[in-house]
Order: sequence, then structure tokens, then C-alpha cells
Amino acid sequence: MRYGLLAVVLISAATLGGCEGVLDPKGPIALAERQILINALGIMLAIVIPVILATLGFAFWFRASNERARYRPDFTYSGRLELLVWSIPGMTVLLVGGVAWIGAHDLDPGRPISSTVKPVNVQVVSLDWKWLFIYPDEGIASVNKLVVPVGTPVSFELTSSSVMNSFFVPQLGSQIYTMSGMATRLHLQADHLGTYPGISAMFSGDGFPDMHFTVDAVTDDKFAQWVRQTRETGSVLDKQGYADLVKPSRAVAPFTYRGVAPDLFGSIVNAGMGTQDSHQDASLSVCSTSQRAER
Amino acid sequence: MNFLGKLDWNAIPLHEPIIMGATGFMVLVVLVVLGFVTVKGAWPYLWREWLTSVDHKRIGAMYCILALVMMLRGFSDAIMIRSQQALAAGGAQGYLPPEHFNQIFSAHGTIMILFMAMPFVVGLMNFAVPLQLGVRDVAFPTLNSVSFWLTASGALLVNISLAVGEFSKATWWGYPPLSEMQYSPGVGVDYYLWSLQISGIGTLLAGINFVTTILKLRAPGMSYMRMPVFCWTALAANLLIVAAFPVLTATLAMLALDRYLGFHFFSLEGQGNQMLYSNLFWVWGHPEVYILILPAFGVFSEVMATFSGKPLFGYRSMVAATMTICVLSFLVWLHHFFTMGASANVNGFFGVMSMIIALPTGAKVFNWLFTMYGGRVRFSVPVLWSIGFIVTFVIGGMTGVLMAVPPADFQLHNSVFLVAHFHNVAIGGVVFGVMAGYNYWFPKAFGFKLDERWGRASFWCWFVGFYVAFMPLYVLGLMGMTRRMQHYDNLSWQPWLIAAAFGTAIILVGVVCQIVQLVVSIRHREELRDVTGDPWNARTLEWATASPPPAWNFAFQPKVAGLDAFWSSKSHAQATREEPAPPRNYEPVEMPKNSATGFVTAFFAVVIGFALIWHIWWLAGVGMFGAFVTLLAFSFRRHNEIEVPAEEIARFVRAHQAGVAA
Repeated sequence: MRYGLLAVVLISAATLGGCEGVLDPKGPIALAERQILINALGIMLAIVIPVILATLGFAFWFRASNERARYRPDFTYSGRLELLVWSIPGMTVLLVGGVAWIGAHDLDPGRPISSTVKPVNVQVVSLDWKWLFIYPDEGIASVNKLVVPVGTPVSFELTSSSVMNSFFVPQLGSQIYTMSGMATRLHLQADHLGTYPGISAMFSGDGFPDMHFTVDAVTDDKFAQWVRQTRETGSVLDKQGYADLVKPSRAVAPFTYRGVAPDLFGSIVNAGMGTQDSHQDASLSVCSTSQRAER
Repeated sequence: MNFLGKLDWNAIPLHEPIIMGATGFMVLVVLVVLGFVTVKGAWPYLWREWLTSVDHKRIGAMYCILALVMMLRGFSDAIMIRSQQALAAGGAQGYLPPEHFNQIFSAHGTIMILFMAMPFVVGLMNFAVPLQLGVRDVAFPTLNSVSFWLTASGALLVNISLAVGEFSKATWWGYPPLSEMQYSPGVGVDYYLWSLQISGIGTLLAGINFVTTILKLRAPGMSYMRMPVFCWTALAANLLIVAAFPVLTATLAMLALDRYLGFHFFSLEGQGNQMLYSNLFWVWGHPEVYILILPAFGVFSEVMATFSGKPLFGYRSMVAATMTICVLSFLVWLHHFFTMGASANVNGFFGVMSMIIALPTGAKVFNWLFTMYGGRVRFSVPVLWSIGFIVTFVIGGMTGVLMAVPPADFQLHNSVFLVAHFHNVAIGGVVFGVMAGYNYWFPKAFGFKLDERWGRASFWCWFVGFYVAFMPLYVLGLMGMTRRMQHYDNLSWQPWLIAAAFGTAIILVGVVCQIVQLVVSIRHREELRDVTGDPWNARTLEWATASPPPAWNFAFQPKVAGLDAFWSSKSHAQATREEPAPPRNYEPVEMPKNSATGFVTAFFAVVIGFALIWHIWWLAGVGMFGAFVTLLAFSFRRHNEIEVPAEEIARFVRAHQAGVAA
């Protein structure tokens, strides 16, 4: 019991003290997920704490040396107790199962965030060992730094150039795998200005611990300004630029590209599919893989 | 082509002081043990009584010894992981470079699950199940020996990887494409593949053996609903082995084809699909969790009933819960990767299915509670482990159900919260379970009890150490720390990781206490001697015979008239104040003959594995031929059994009865 409570105390200490990560949400998705965490935990603690207390209590009271405890060696079955024994966890499962089913639908990563604001599209590619963010509408790209306007849904399309990684910004919510040859979808939104850490949450080799990025949530004006500035400096991410970028490197400082070759993302997914480089094939297979990933 | 394939002197990492130190220590220990055996002239004894033994009790004990040795190896890895993470904060890199750290956590997971927990659980089943069923051996005794030695071969290959070459750096689950030739060109993944393949075949054979034993060989009168609960959980676990291990074998075979022959099952090119591997791996991996935990549940059931002095509460309910878990465990694998982007319906389905497993598990917990209710609980070491288990396991179960909620998993997947969760159930469930079983059955296996005081000290260190080591990881997971980080920038994580390292140190004290317990018990074995065969006033048939039991287990096959057969015969004898039964006419017993088949086959299996890892094709051929010839020779053996004369059995029973009377 002591230790069960210790866990709760520790968790609440973390909540009150060094507030960060999952416990300090900065967007609607992360906020809803923290709520689900707390709800599910609450439902289960209502049964777990009494069980721990009862275990220690029964063991203590029915110790062999306790003369006052009644010895009932024939107490081996009770229909009513059996009913209780199965229905208490049953009810808990019903409640938490409801939370799970509804939550899985409400917070499906592929489900767009309903908003009056037009979403920003970002294509994410995990490379060895850095992150490439392509802004297809703005025609720019950046490495290890994601800039998003605050209060605007961000619609992600994700893939990997090599091994599997998991794109994860704890304070914004849901992580999702990046897999070569497949495109996954994710929708997030930042509601507060700030800089948030992002990581890969799937081990991907020697450079993995340095494979992090930052997310800058800025005002609309600042975002527009950043896009303008980015278009003016840096190189263009064309076939050659991408071939250079793909080479494994660790702890890469953030930088940007002023331009991106059209449908680079599609061709990366397509390369992962291992099909021919003809345009028609490419569009077909991109379509089918993203559908496969969403299904 | 090179005569020795990829093998040359560079394979031995002479420039790595940590690895060479560990290797040197390992070699030294092996030499000391071999030297000791030689000096004592114990080779003939060892060969006759242990290495070629097909006695299920000896094989069970050897499984457990293998598990304890591998636990030391896996635990050393744990100490290195925790100390590295306690140090490597901010700009610091700690003392382990990534290529070494990545091997360590991959080896830690592989060893602890497949070469510590598995052999321990299989060992306990091997020892206890035939005795509890009231029979003389398992269905296929020589096969049993083959199973054990193949498992030991796998463990040996893992340990060879320390000295020659490297171990996998691609995690214990070996997800492609990371584990493909393109990203893991070294021999590490090959060590992983072949050690798992060889031990996996051993485990599958053991599963077949036990399912057959439990279904076909039970004492007269022992119907299914009179079987001890441990036998039920063993049946469930072995059914899972038979159903799940072929999936692992096939999956790893496909990965091997990718790596060796350029197939494209999971590769980046050629339309390979990496998620196919993830799915298949966890179709084995999740039942594997229950293969480990169900027998542990069985141990707790036996311990709770014995030390409460009353039958298990809700026996039928327990059996139903066990078999429900057995079936459901195949329907939840996808919860290991909710984050791959499956649809909401798929995630929702697997989330709810995962939670439904909590239902029979919860029922079990309540039944253990009511077993204590109205009992007379004696706080011996096995009970401490059991109560520690309930308290710890419900917390681990809770965090497990939490992560079965898909949106919660989107946040917690692959975080150290997950690491804390599965250690919470693996240590709090499986390790506590095998420790309870080890303390409970040790006197039956060796004829003397384990020292109580050191046993208690060990329990408390493990129990407290577990909480200090893993509660901080729950917090860190919520703070956004992911697993398998060789170093990290966030300095606010460091205090928690130092606390976790401190917890590991407490567990280390617990491990040392266990070793001391064993040594002290062996030295004081005369005081701790169990002459009755029933040191705990227990309920099931294994306690009806002497400790240690003779090779033939029971002089007469017991006749079973109800649940807790031994308990009812004891109370019957008490009620009627019966004199001990008059001497009966003993009959000679046919016992399976020793066989070196297992040992020799396993030797060739190591040769095959090593040759395949290093691409020494001719040697692999030699190994295959050797293994084939060994099995062929065995199949031509004419005499499979030896007869134990009636006088020998009579003599043994008289000596045992004289001991009991004294």
C-alpha cells in the first residue's frame, strides 16, 4: 500500500513540480490525452487501492499467530463472492473500455482537427539521424526545426527514408511511426506560444539519442515572416541536395532550404516502395500506401 | 572464399576494456568450475547423473540453474544501463559509447525474457508437474533432455557473442529494417537470430512434451478438475508455447532469409513490409508474456493455499480464468504498436480486448485474497514473495490497462513509462513468482530447506529496490523520456535516473542475499534437512513422496479421489488414526534410460549456430550431419528402459519411513 501510494505521490509531485512532457499539454490533442490518462487512472485506482489494502489487511489479520481470527478451512467457494469477484473487474473494464473505444475514435491520429482556421500542411521525413520537415504549400523545408503558427491545426504526412522512427512532440500529443514506403497521417495543434522539444520515440540506431528537434509555436505574423525569410536564404532541396542530406549524420544543428523539388515527399515514399520512378506509378503507389496506412 | 567465413582475429574486441574484463571474468569462472569438477573427480558422476539424465527433476533443476546464471548476466547488463543513464546527462556521454550501450540493452531484453524467465518457468514446470500429476516422468523423457540442452545452446551462443564478435544492436525484438543487412551488417543480429532459433526449437519441443504429459499421463482418478492449479497453468502455458513459438521460428527464419539470401520479406527494397515483422513478432510476443506469467500465477495459487492452511478459494473460477487468459492472449498483439497508424476501429478493438484480459486476472487476484481469508497464514519466504506480488502486480496491471487505452498509448508508447510497466509485471509477477517457486520447491528437490533469514532479506531488498528503481521511470515517462537513450540533454531527468540507479543497487543487494542464502543453506543443510517429505504441510502430491524424490517418484502410483489429493489422504489418516500401511509387495519399476542424445545434439546445435553466424558453411554442414547422425543413432536404440528392482524400491521406502518416524 505504502508503495502504491508512493506512486501516486510521485506522479502528483511530478505534476506540481517539474511540469513537463505529457503532463504539461500545450495543445488540444495533448490536453485531451492527459484527461484520458487521468480519468482511466482514477477509475482504476478506485479498485486498485482497496485491493492492496485488503491484501495487506487479510494477510495481517489471518496470520497464524492471531488467535482472534477465525480459522475456516472449508471456506473455499461462495457463489455470491464469485459473482462479485468477476463483476468488479468487469465493471472497471466496461468503464475503461468505453474510454478506450471512444478515445480511439476521437483522438484517431488520422482525424483532422475541426477548426475554422485552414490547416498548415507539413510533410515529415525521418532520416539517419535527423528530421526533415517539408512545407509543400510554402515550398520550403527545414531540418530538425519545426515552426508552426499557434492556434492553427497542423496536418502531417509522415514517412521514413530508412529505418522506422516515431515522430513525437510530447507536449502537443500523439506520436506516430514513420515507415519507409508508407505514409502515415497525424493532426496536431499548438495553442500556446513557446518552444517544445520533439523526439524520435523509436530506437533507430547509433545516432538515435541525438535525433531530436524543436517545435516553435509562433504567431501568424511571425510564421509568415519566418516563411519569407526562409525563402530568401539557404539552398534548394533538389535531388542532389536530398542525396547529400540522406547521408547519416548525428546531432545536426537546425537549418532550412529556400526551395523544395516538387513532390519530393511522394518520391521518397515511392523509393521506399521500391517501384519504378515513373510519375504515374509514383502517384498511384503513394495513394495506395497512404490509404493502407490509414486503414 | 575464406576457410573461416567472416571469422578472424578482429572478431575479439581486444580494444574494449569493459567487454574484455567481462569476458575474462566469465572465462575465469568457467575454468574454476571445470577445474573444481576435475579435481573432485566428479566428471563421471556429473555425466551419469546430470548431463545425460532424462529424469524430469534433474532436468528441471538444470533449467533453474541455467536461469539463475543467466540472471546474473542479464542483471549485469541492467546495472550498466542504469548507471550509464544516471551519468550521461547534458553534454556528458557516460562511459558506454552507443555501439556498446545498444548491444547491452538488446542483450538485457533477450537474455532476461528468453534465457532467464523462460528456463526458470520451464524448469519449475519440469520439476513439479509430473510430481503433482502423480506420475513417474514426462511423456517423452529423452525429448525433454534435448529441449533443455537446446535452450542451453542458445544461452551459450549469447554468451559467446560477448567474446567473439558482438551481440545485436537492434533491440530485443529485432525490428527490420534496422535488423536487416543494410543497417546491421555485423554478426550481432545473426547471434540473436540463431540463439533464439535454437532455444526456440527446444522450447517448442518442451511445450509438446508437457501438453502430452498433462493430457495423457495423470495418476488414476486425477480428472481434469482434480488437477492442481499449477498443472492447469502449465497446461495453458504449454498450449501457448505450441501455438506461438512456431510463429517466432517462422518470423526469424524469414528475417534470416532476408539477411542471408537477399530475400525481401521485410526489407526496404523489393516491396518488403516491415510492419509484417512487427505483427508476426508480437503474435508470438504477447502470448509469450502469458507463457511466463501463467505458471507464476500457478505458483502463487499453490503457495497461497499451502501457507493459508486451506484449499484455494474458487478453484473452478481459477481454472476458467486461466484458460480464458490462454485464449485471449492471442487477440491483443496489436497493442504493441497502436502508433503505426491503424484505423480507430482496429485500435479500439485491440484496446478493449487487452482490457478484457484484466477481467480474469482481476478475478484471480480476488480469489487469492479470499484464499487467505479464514486461513492461518504462515509468513514463510514463499508467502512474502506472493504477497509482494499481489501488491506490486495490481499496480503493474493498472498501468498496463492505462496503456491499452489507445490515446494514452499515443503519449506513453516506447517511453520509460512503458519500461516501468513491463518491469512492474515482469519483476513483480514473473520474478517474484519463480522466486516463490524456488523457495517453495527447493526442499523437495534437494532435501533441505533454504535459509529463511537470508531469504527474507533477499525478498525485502528486491521488493524495496524494485519500487525505488522503477517508480522514477513512471515519472520520467510522463515527463517525455523515451527508452533506449544512450545520453540525453534534459538535466531535470537526471535526479530521477540517479534514484533509479540507486534502486538497482538495492536489488543487487537482494541478488547477493540470494547467493548467500544458497551458500548458507548448503553449509547448514543438516539442520535444514527435510526428512518428512512434507516440510510446509502442503496439499498436493509432490509432497507425498520423499525429499528429494527417488528417480521413480512414487513407489506406488497414487490413487486420486479429489482435489488436493495429498491433503485429503493426510486428514483421512489423522481422522481414522490409521497405523502406517503394512508393508506391501513392491513391484519393479521401468524407468527411462539415460541418454546422451540431448547433450550431443545440443553440442552440434552450437556448432551449427556458430558456423551460420560466421558464414563458415562447411562447419555448418558438419554440425547438421552430426546432429542428424546423433538423432539417427538414438532412433536405433533398442533398450529404452531399465528396470529398478523391487528390493531397491522397498529399501528406499523403509529408509524414508525410518527417517519420518525418527
